[in-house]
Amino acid sequence: MSNTVISVEHLSKQYDLGVIGTGTLTRDFERWWARARGKPDPYSPVVQDYSRRHADDSILALDDVSFAVQQGEALGIIGRNGAGKSTLLKILSRVTAPTSGVVKVKGRIGSLLEVGTGFHPELTGRENVYLNGAILGMKKAEVARKFDEIVAFSGVEKFIDTPVKRYSSGMYVRLAFAVAAHLDPEILIVDEVLAVGDAEFQKKCLGKMGDVAGEGRTVLFVSHNMGSIQNLCPRSMLLRLGKIASMDHTSRVISEYLSASREPNVFYPNEGERLGTQRVRVEDFRIEPPNPATGLPARFILQLTVPESENQNLQADFSISFMTEQGSKIFQLHSGHIRHELSLKKGLNTITAEPEYLPLTPGKYLVNLWVGSGRIVYDWIPEALSFEVVPGSFNEGVLIDNRGYPVVVNARWHQ
Amino acid sequence: MDMMEEKAAENWDLVITPRKKWYDLQLREVWRYRDLISLFVRRDFVSRYKQTILGPLWLIIQPILNSLVFTVVFGNIARLSTDGLPPMLFYMSATVLWSYFSNCLTGTSQTFIQNAHLFGKVYFPRLVMPVSIVISNLITLAIQFALFMGFRFYFSAVNAAVHFTPWAWAFPLLILLMAGLGLGFGIIVSSLTTKYRDLNYLVSFGVSLWMYATPVLYPVSSIPESWRWIAVVNPITPIVETFRAGFLGQGTVSWARLGYSGAFMLVVLIIGVVIFNRVEKTFIDTV
Repeated sequence: MSNTVISVEHLSKQYDLGVIGTGTLTRDFERWWARARGKPDPYSPVVQDYSRRHADDSILALDDVSFAVQQGEALGIIGRNGAGKSTLLKILSRVTAPTSGVVKVKGRIGSLLEVGTGFHPELTGRENVYLNGAILGMKKAEVARKFDEIVAFSGVEKFIDTPVKRYSSGMYVRLAFAVAAHLDPEILIVDEVLAVGDAEFQKKCLGKMGDVAGEGRTVLFVSHNMGSIQNLCPRSMLLRLGKIASMDHTSRVISEYLSASREPNVFYPNEGERLGTQRVRVEDFRIEPPNPATGLPARFILQLTVPESENQNLQADFSISFMTEQGSKIFQLHSGHIRHELSLKKGLNTITAEPEYLPLTPGKYLVNLWVGSGRIVYDWIPEALSFEVVPGSFNEGVLIDNRGYPVVVNARWHQ
Repeated sequence: MDMMEEKAAENWDLVITPRKKWYDLQLREVWRYRDLISLFVRRDFVSRYKQTILGPLWLIIQPILNSLVFTVVFGNIARLSTDGLPPMLFYMSATVLWSYFSNCLTGTSQTFIQNAHLFGKVYFPRLVMPVSIVISNLITLAIQFALFMGFRFYFSAVNAAVHFTPWAWAFPLLILLMAGLGLGFGIIVSSLTTKYRDLNYLVSFGVSLWMYATPVLYPVSSIPESWRWIAVVNPITPIVETFRAGFLGQGTVSWARLGYSGAFMLVVLIIGVVIFNRVEKTFIDTV
């Protein structure tokens, strides 16, 4: 049985770029008259095809978006700036209308697109609570009932009867959120409002939102803070250029979002983050095979140069460190672990690390590279490469999959 | 999915579509937000007079000053006819009415631009704003009307040539006509000014001109024949004249004239509603 509370069907939103209108009243009137009669626009420069993106004419902020949200779901919405997240929320909040498509909703929607909407500086905190509450859709009686709770949540009891223009920005934001937090809608939509306020305030907000989700209400949450999304939303949606790129478990969506900016298997010596004396320099790093498999052998190859000025061979240790895409450390391949300093000659050197098998489970990973000797760092490059591990097995036929654990270790099992 | 589930599944509370019917005003929604309307009215009042010395006293001082100036300039210096009525009452009656109408018009025409920020962040039926303007102006009208009646009783106490006529009962109708005309024109103007900003300057200028074309500073009876058509075409003329006839005893009125104003109002409102509905849903994209 379907418990869908939000059904978005083929939603599109087109914004016209540049100067709105043809520029003169008479021409615009002609255009309107033609449209009203159902005829094509006489002043449109391109074909009247709203399903494609016009070159310089307009932009499709949302492009045929369809999805459904179930009752009680806490759905995260992430994506780059300009991906269409805010537009989607604006349409759901009825601030603007779609160009085509339909949204069907069960229950009342409460939207938090901004904190303190409608706050008037001359009115007191008390008056603004009532005004803001009414703007958000609460009845006067409802606000009156929750008034004490709201004020207590905000912490501005002492100043509730002073005009808000005298509040500090922190007080302002706390009071504004307190009103919105007590909205009690069936569906709560929040757009990055947590970007304002200090850490304590943000914790309070997230806590309140968590309560709302816990009470079985539906929450849609847009944020750039992957941590908050991860904590609040089991499932998320990734928007890219107005389309849904993926809708899945949050951790998978987040890693797709993060990895989208990095090409896999491309050595990236980001000079901004690189450290070390540079007495030895890593010129290249690659993996063979490029997409290694779990449980099977793989080779990690460093190409290093030692300047001609060195008179004798350099002793050095090497470390290849593996992290998750979010930056959690997993394990290291370190020549120092086995007391195996290698000797580097002048010019180009190739060093290979060859573990017996690759212990990483299927997924995407980042590599940090380190070359040094004892305490001295010759070259250190964080996140030098990103790569993907494909399923493999220790024994033939038994594929190892990722169950949330990033590494597997072979062992002998016996009674 | 069987029939029962299909039916239940289609039971949506809200459906958002690109267009709505041209006549759909969502009046029920506006009624649901009536608390917001009263709060907006309150906000307008409070913000206008907070931190002023005289506060709401300005509401009374303005018409008195205006009427005094008119009496001196137009009554005494220019010697315009006032149809045999005491000049102060003649001018005050019209200015009180006129300010209600012009405040409704200018207030409504500016509301979308002034509140663009609000509209971009939260939903409430857009009609709430013009309605709250019409209502808060009504309060101003009530206060100024009381002032006018005070003067009127003073004048009749000193035996001036003023008397009530049954036309006075048409007062509520006159208020309705002015509100409707102010609202209708205001909506048309504001729907246009979201795209063409310079129309804004035209509005305040246009309203001033309109006042001169209305028998505010002169009675209909003293307009030369060749100019009469302006007063006839102007839908506000019958309103002002009826008011004077009702409360002061002199004015050129007829039901036909009032009917004309009513018809004019309906046409303007319908046009306003159509434009408003077209513009409302997406105006935030272009404002």
